[in-house]
Amino acid sequence: MHLNRNDEDTLAGELGPVKQKAMEILVALGDIYGAEKLIPIESAQIAGVSYKTIGEAGLEYLTDLTGSVTVPTMLNPMGMDRYKWRQMGIKEAFVEKQLAIIRRYESLGIDAQCTCTPYYVKAPRKEAHLSWSESSAVSYANSVLGARTNREGGPSALAAALVGKTPDYGYHLDENRVPDISIKIDFPLAGADFGALGYVVGKIINSQVPQFSFVTPPSDDELKALGAGMAATGSVALFYPEQGAMSSEIIELERSDVDIYSSSEPDVVVLGCPHCSRSELTEIARLLEGRTVTRPLWICTSRFVADRCSSLISRIEATGARVICDTCMIVSPAFEKRSMMVNSGKALEYGPNLCNSHTVIGTTSSCVNTACNT
Amino acid sequence: MAFSMLQRIKGRIISKGIGEGSAVVTHQPLSFLGGVDPTQGVIKDPKHELYGTSIVGTILTFPQGKGSTVGSYVMYQLKRNGKAPAAIINVSSETIVAVGAIISNIPLIDRLEVDPIAAIKSGSRVFVNCVEGFIEVET
Repeated sequence: MHLNRNDEDTLAGELGPVKQKAMEILVALGDIYGAEKLIPIESAQIAGVSYKTIGEAGLEYLTDLTGSVTVPTMLNPMGMDRYKWRQMGIKEAFVEKQLAIIRRYESLGIDAQCTCTPYYVKAPRKEAHLSWSESSAVSYANSVLGARTNREGGPSALAAALVGKTPDYGYHLDENRVPDISIKIDFPLAGADFGALGYVVGKIINSQVPQFSFVTPPSDDELKALGAGMAATGSVALFYPEQGAMSSEIIELERSDVDIYSSSEPDVVVLGCPHCSRSELTEIARLLEGRTVTRPLWICTSRFVADRCSSLISRIEATGARVICDTCMIVSPAFEKRSMMVNSGKALEYGPNLCNSHTVIGTTSSCVNTACNT
Repeated sequence: MAFSMLQRIKGRIISKGIGEGSAVVTHQPLSFLGGVDPTQGVIKDPKHELYGTSIVGTILTFPQGKGSTVGSYVMYQLKRNGKAPAAIINVSSETIVAVGAIISNIPLIDRLEVDPIAAIKSGSRVFVNCVEGFIEVET
């Protein structure tokens, strides 16, 4: 891989041992994946934030790390709401470790917005190169916003954030951004249907780049749900939601293929995987209007969006539902071993494996109905 | 046999350093998160063929990593606990083990001229030179 003079100096340790190690990581990854050079990134987003996920191993590494990031960097969700952890039933031992992790990241100059939807906080420019690691955000950045990022692991995104560059391979290159399979859907879909579709399609196409053909163009919220599902059951990092030239390989799906909904009597109903947008909170508030929640209903969003939607959140919480920030239902100890109903293909995939939770998927309105027991 | 022969095999340096030890070889990929006990340096995945084997101070030879990227941090924890392998040989490295080896100062070499899984027997003495990019195997 070609390195410029500054890269060589960093690799030689002239900016200190932390940046030197980070550069060694980027060079090794560049060699492994055949990159010709390093390219500057606009921002980074780092996974590996919940103490439930990274444990003592991650905390020890972060405790020894010094220095500061060189590009705007955000974090993935953690295992609890920074302020409402008591309401969530999180134990103090976990809280202490979790907050230690956040303090370590903050000491590196990272903006501790803990969200899987960093693009609501700041959307990347079209064609910008990024090092993001949250798989649904990677998919959204590549497919909806037209930016370019590989699906980074937490440690490699952190290395990129420290150096401000990433090796030029994978989805940074035009040649890997060409659709190689077409998915034809000739029946109407709405809302949570897209999460269900993503769940089904990811299992079929694994890491291919699909070109979709829909009856009507999906909303951005629907594309978010679709990408999240495909990234969870497959490793789809890029898809094309608009009509385009059909690939030679075409899959046609029937409505029955994506009807994976079921009803249940769950311990808890959880919405907001990925984190809710303002329009999704508006929809939930509308569905809850004038009703009372009789079964725990948790709604996850980013603190950034919550801070800007306080009256919506008051309306939602007046019904007995709880809106939490900073949190991913899957990496939080709060939802372990509890049966869950979700409106997300991604949560449907990870609930059983990572939370030991019996998980079912329903539409947003049937989730709200289940929580209100009507 | 009183005399042993040394076979020198060239490879690609992923993480710099020098290590020497007794080889532990498996043809199965390895997940450090959940697969290795970071306090004891022992393989703890009951489904792995190395289950129960210590990797402390060994030349750990496996095709490539798998599983969660948190595995990189588990490698760091192994090193901090003094339970890391002396060096790692991969057939073809991927991100998790590459990053883990670099942040932990564990020498890592891959893409050898011959398949290391076939060329190295568990228990044989191996010298890994990740400064010049070769290994030496006692045969």
